[in-house]
This record gives sequence, C-alpha cells and structure tokens, in this order.
Amino acid sequence: MENASGLQRQLARMKKDLFDQGYLDEQFDQLEELQDESSPNFVEEVVTLFFRDSSRLMANIDDALQQCPRDFHRLDNFLHRLKGSASSIGAAKMKNECTSFREFCSEGNLDGCLRSFQKVKNDHTILRQKLENYLQLLRQVGPVDKASRSGS
Amino acid sequence: MSSPRGPKACGGGAADRPIHVLAVDDSSVDRAVIARLLRSSKYRVTTVDSGKKALELLGLEPNVNMIITDYWMPEMTGYELLKIVKESSELREIPVVIMSSENVPNRINRCLEEGAEDFLLKPVRPSDVARLCNRMR
Repeated sequence: MENASGLQRQLARMKKDLFDQGYLDEQFDQLEELQDESSPNFVEEVVTLFFRDSSRLMANIDDALQQCPRDFHRLDNFLHRLKGSASSIGAAKMKNECTSFREFCSEGNLDGCLRSFQKVKNDHTILRQKLENYLQLLRQVGPVDKASRSGS
Repeated sequence: MSSPRGPKACGGGAADRPIHVLAVDDSSVDRAVIARLLRSSKYRVTTVDSGKKALELLGLEPNVNMIITDYWMPEMTGYELLKIVKESSELREIPVVIMSSENVPNRINRCLEEGAEDFLLKPVRPSDVARLCNRMR
C-alpha cells in the first residue's frame, strides 16, 4: 500500500492528466480550494450533483431531439443549463461542446446537433469515469494540508 | 458553528449576528458552489431554487442582508425578482446581486438601472464574493 505522499503524487498526476487532456479547467481547482475541514467532501458533493443534473438534462435533450417537429428553443434551454453546470465544475470539454451544440441549434441544423450530442455524451461518460477514479483516490488520501495537495 | 466575528472582516454583522445572504439559483450545482463560497467568508446562507421561494422566504424572514440571484431561471428571472424587491417598501433596502453565465451588456445595464448592486459573471470566484463585503445591508 503506497504511503500518503505516494498517493498524493498519484493524485496530482491524475489531475494534471485531466487538465492536459482538456477535460478540466481551473474552475475545478477553485472547487478544491473551497474544500476544507468544515466542508471536507465538497468536491465530491458538487461532482455528484453535477452528474445527477447533467444525466437528467441529457435525457431531456435526447427526448427533444427525437420529437417531431424539433423544438430548438426548448433544446437550447436544456443546453444552456447543461453548459452552465459544466462550467461551474470546470468540465471544460463538455462546456465547449455545449457551445458548439448551441450554435447548431440556433441554425436549426439537426445533423450538427446529433453529432454534437454524441460528443457531449462521450465526454460525459469519460469524465464521469475519470472523476470517479480521481475522487476515489482523493478519499484515500484523506484530509490533507492544501499546500501539499496542490502538488506544487 | 463559527462565531459571527470570523477571521475575515466581512462575516460579522451589526449586533453580533452573522450576515445572512439569500442565494437564489435553479441549478443545484451552482447553489452548492455559491453557498460554499459565501459560507467560507463566514456568511450565514440560505439557498432557494426559485424567485417565488425567495419571495416566500423574504416574507417570513426580513433579516436578509443581501440577495444574490441567478439571472436566468424558469418562471421568474433574477431581473423580475430584482424588480419586485425594489418595488416593495419592506424589501427595497436589501441589496440584490445578479449572477449570470452570459456576458450581455444590455442585460447588465438593465439590472444595474433597476437597482442591482452588482452583476457577477459565473463561475463566481472568491474575489467576487470579497467584493460584495461592503455592499451588505
């Protein structure tokens, strides 16, 4: 079993990968900064809320894309909310793909919408897995002095 | 439970009551984030998910030192909530801050003209919250 600093290094590497691959941006750092003794599970709580919300929104988007005729306005409302949530947790890839998706929406471009949605779904699945792994490790590392956790 | 006079100057209100902020946002993610941001500055925070619930709470509990609300919400926007608050004799003194994920100058101006104290772009940062310190009632 790795000692605490080994786990911390692993954690830092995992996070660096997530950033380098564009899945996360500095907003995620902001969330980690807000976690402390008074709110020791903050990151996990927010990430959980995000995946609950986003799964629901994506089911709504799926429905909206199947309806005939398509209501692009309604679709855009769902996307606005999905993009907002993604932005709030630093889910950069999802946020950016939502932006493209909204553009296709505003053009009434169904093909573009469908392609974009596929990407959003993929990003969502991958991010969920990666964050689950990250959070699992975070739990193992436990409450840690922020300075050492930041890996600097 | 943190004491009203926390390490940061902003936490304490008059008469040793912690400053009470009402946060309004239909997104559960954003509610969690804004609540945490505000609580880490030692504010007491109540969150609601709609303008309607905000008004209900304000009717029951007048001791709110600031309202911070998302702009874009179904049924009642933050702008509409702002207008109702500013038109109410009981509530109009409460500073209202609007948050939005979109940087739309017209929207920002309209809110400020209607009496919003400030307009914050999401995602909200600790520096944004620090800025609000002097605006509390």
